[in-house]
Amino acid sequence: MSKDFTWSTGSEIAAAVAAGETTALAVTEAALAVIAARNPTLNAFTAVTAERARAKAKAVDASPDKTKLPLAGVPFAVKNLFDIEGLATVAGSKINRAHAPAKRDAELIERMEKAGAVLVGALNMGEYAYDFTGENVHDGPSRNPHDITRMTGGSSGGSGGAVGGGLVPIALGSDTNGSIRVPSSLCGIFGLKPTYGRLTRARSFPFVGSLDHLGPFARSVRDLSVSYDVMQGYDADDAGCADRPKESASPFLTRGLDGLRVAVAGGYFRKGASPEALSALDGVAKALNARAVEIPEAHRARAAAYVITATEGAALHLERLRKQANDFDPAVRDRLIAGAMVPSTLVVKAQIFRRWYRDQVLALFKDCDVILAPSTPVTAPKLGQQTFMLDGVEMPVRPNMGLYTQPISFIGLPVVAVPVALKPLPIGLQIIAAPWREEVALRVAFALEQMGAVSAPRPNL
Amino acid sequence: MPSPPLDDFIATAAATLDLPLDPAWQASIKANLEVTLRHAATVAEFPLPDEAEPAPVFRA
Repeated sequence: MSKDFTWSTGSEIAAAVAAGETTALAVTEAALAVIAARNPTLNAFTAVTAERARAKAKAVDASPDKTKLPLAGVPFAVKNLFDIEGLATVAGSKINRAHAPAKRDAELIERMEKAGAVLVGALNMGEYAYDFTGENVHDGPSRNPHDITRMTGGSSGGSGGAVGGGLVPIALGSDTNGSIRVPSSLCGIFGLKPTYGRLTRARSFPFVGSLDHLGPFARSVRDLSVSYDVMQGYDADDAGCADRPKESASPFLTRGLDGLRVAVAGGYFRKGASPEALSALDGVAKALNARAVEIPEAHRARAAAYVITATEGAALHLERLRKQANDFDPAVRDRLIAGAMVPSTLVVKAQIFRRWYRDQVLALFKDCDVILAPSTPVTAPKLGQQTFMLDGVEMPVRPNMGLYTQPISFIGLPVVAVPVALKPLPIGLQIIAAPWREEVALRVAFALEQMGAVSAPRPNL
Repeated sequence: MPSPPLDDFIATAAATLDLPLDPAWQASIKANLEVTLRHAATVAEFPLPDEAEPAPVFRA
């Protein structure tokens, strides 16, 4: 291989493979070597599917027309709640290790591989995705590639670490309350949480059915867009998947900002934000000439998301709590047991509020196309750190990293998380669009990337 | 919303739901339930008309 592709984007790799400048097998071997070298430090991978990857890479190399494969030879990995044929889907837990091996890959893995991508393994995550830290009591913490004494954010911690650390150019994760956007922020990479119902969740382990989304992480907006495009399409095997036609975003990326109206969220989304978060937000808002907008009752939306998460999550795990309570991460167990005890009237109230709030926020999009907000209140906390100061108040880290992400996923809005390469640690912003308008958020992200306002910084590893 | 007598509630709810309740977990479960109920109260106190309907996920 004549070139080091380990910090290349997926699009660059696919172009090089299609042009015959390298092979899918050579790229795969290079990725496996980087994983072997860096994973002992970053703890991003919980399984490496080397033989499967080599076989898939050889099949890509044997394809008669690789220009028809938009992800030809691009290594990728998935949060370990995605089914991978032959492996138990552990979802960050000890309990699920006793599950039978999956008989078939998750639908999104199949769609990525159909486009030429090469699965190289499964990634660390917080237990059952009830987490914003990336720490895991069973597998050890995912470590931040920009400072290995710090958190990746969670729950898709391994996804953040693997992409931010150059182990793979693209990873897949899940986002119930912020689990794509929080690690994207702390690890300095791009992430896409599509509209609720856009990407199928078939053959992935759930957490909160009415809030769960799947989506990609990458180091470039084009990679997010290309992987998102190949994963779209209705799937009857996911009850929440919307029956909509595929709406490719990639053709819109280069259309620029002309005609787009950008707003920046104030009030709740500034309260508690660190100087770093505000500096990143204000810099990008200025570059986009954004006007201030107030998202009404965002604190109540966050509260309602919290209640629905605790109770739906508890319902999912009720039998496991009854029979295997000692096998849970104690922090997850105690949150879930508490969730099981919340009166149902209060849950219905949260769902009623959800409808009202959705209508209020959708009305804002009559006057703007995207809304900017911070992804996290702070840059990456230290591993094991229990509390941080937000607006002069000491708050627990684990539930509060998602302060700014929860009110958005609560109503399923599409968000592109973009990294601002602050020193010494990056921090992310959310570019929020109206439902089914992923292409608008991606277009703004691409313009910011072209301007140099957002980028994935390369760590010293 | 006044703070309910949570220790009794937790013991009764655990028994009713057939959930294990190790005394060592009590304080943590109580702390989590307090936070969740506080969030629930924040939502429930917001006045909405009787006609407001929940956001369903199920689609027939």
